[in-house]
Amino acid sequence: MTQPDRGFVSLRDVHKTFGAHKVINGISLDVAKGETICIIGPSGSGKSTLIRCINALVPVDRGSIHLDGIEVNTPKLDKLALRRRVGIVFQQYNLFPHKTALENIMMAPITVLKQDRAEVEARARALLKKVRLAGKEGAYPGELSGGQQQRVAIARSLAMRPDVMLFDEVTAALDPETKKDVLTTIQDLARDGMTCLVVTHEMGFAREVSNRVYFTEGGLIVEHAPPAEFFSNPQDPRTREFLSQVL
Amino acid sequence: MQVIYDWFLAFYERTGINLSFIYDNFDRARIIKGFWLTIELSVITIALSIVVGVIGAWLKGARSGWVRHSVDAFISIFRNTPPLVQIYFFYFGLGFMLPRVMDPISGTMAPMVTNFQWAVLSLSLFAGAFNIEIFRSGMEAVPRAMVEAADSLGYTRSQIYWHVVLPLAFRNCLPALGNNLVNLVKTTNLAYAIAVPEMMYAAKQIWSDSSNVREMMIFLLFAYVFLVAILVYGLNWLERALRIPGYGQMGGR
Repeated sequence: MTQPDRGFVSLRDVHKTFGAHKVINGISLDVAKGETICIIGPSGSGKSTLIRCINALVPVDRGSIHLDGIEVNTPKLDKLALRRRVGIVFQQYNLFPHKTALENIMMAPITVLKQDRAEVEARARALLKKVRLAGKEGAYPGELSGGQQQRVAIARSLAMRPDVMLFDEVTAALDPETKKDVLTTIQDLARDGMTCLVVTHEMGFAREVSNRVYFTEGGLIVEHAPPAEFFSNPQDPRTREFLSQVL
Repeated sequence: MQVIYDWFLAFYERTGINLSFIYDNFDRARIIKGFWLTIELSVITIALSIVVGVIGAWLKGARSGWVRHSVDAFISIFRNTPPLVQIYFFYFGLGFMLPRVMDPISGTMAPMVTNFQWAVLSLSLFAGAFNIEIFRSGMEAVPRAMVEAADSLGYTRSQIYWHVVLPLAFRNCLPALGNNLVNLVKTTNLAYAIAVPEMMYAAKQIWSDSSNVREMMIFLLFAYVFLVAILVYGLNWLERALRIPGYGQMGGR
């Protein structure tokens, strides 16, 4: 099924409420294959929920979400098929603490995709090298710093060979030095042509790496534009106020 | 060996302390058999109670309310009644409702389920009911985010349970599980009540014949101390073997 007028990832009029609280209030956005977008906005503006809707971690109330032709918002959704194609990285890393760095990366391809162990191991070692953690194969998450754990988490998602990567405030829990390592890793991915949706508070990263910046507030997209335009000439007063606070 | 037996017989004649289970061949055979039977009961019921606990904890997370309530009812019954009542219920209550079958060895009619089997069943369910709650609390201590991560990687519900939740929950609940298993080993002597010739039963038979209640009581006390010490040693070893570097300890980073 091809959707010529739509993006690789495309959301149409998505709504989500938690109890009486409207978190997402009719959001539409399109991301082309290989594009990196950043979603910024104040806390509680629905950014994290939005990104979790895309891999069906949070079911939406209304609207449609497409990922390369797969409709996400349907009871007939094949979750496994969707999640093979979408990787997600969380703020708190969420590595499996009882497995080493290498095993964390190897587990899902072996358990979920039933792939050959030797082949998966070779790929996992290469991924650890790619996130610049060669030599940490046997380390348990508890023995790694936050930034190292986060890079293992990225490698763990990449081991599933996803087409899209979702990043949910992945540097929010990190100190400034380790932050840089993680952001560089994501930047490398974006350069290699991975489709990335990044929820972040790192304005410098949004400006340098993304193709487009979305500003959300109150469950709505207030404004979106390419980063140069977005940061130099924000249109909406709410965007201007937010940027004046964070920059 | 005969030298030792003779010494204990002479010891009895000299002091009046009657350790008949050492020097008397018949008593010795009975107590050794009882000792091994207590170990056998303990090992089998420990294993089965863990199986009951793992499966029960899994069913307690089921989507169907009917399944969850059944597990709760099972726990209430087995946790809130005395284990002796449970053993009697199974042996006298259920046991006598079952048909009797021809025993191929003796050629006589015998109960379908033996007293040893009833003891194993009722003790496993008794300790298993506690194990369900213990595993459940261990599972609840596994961060929700860990399940979310596995879910995002495409794991099915049972894959999440076996590969992520259970290994972490087991570590979380090992101290509580250890306490319950120690209790179980001590509770195996209730099989005495339905004439399973375990250690306590054997000791009682010996003191009836040899009138050495005091000596047998002292022996029993130390025999249980010894058995439980072995279990505790094994549990401590397991806890060390399963320890994850940097996880669940102070100063882990």
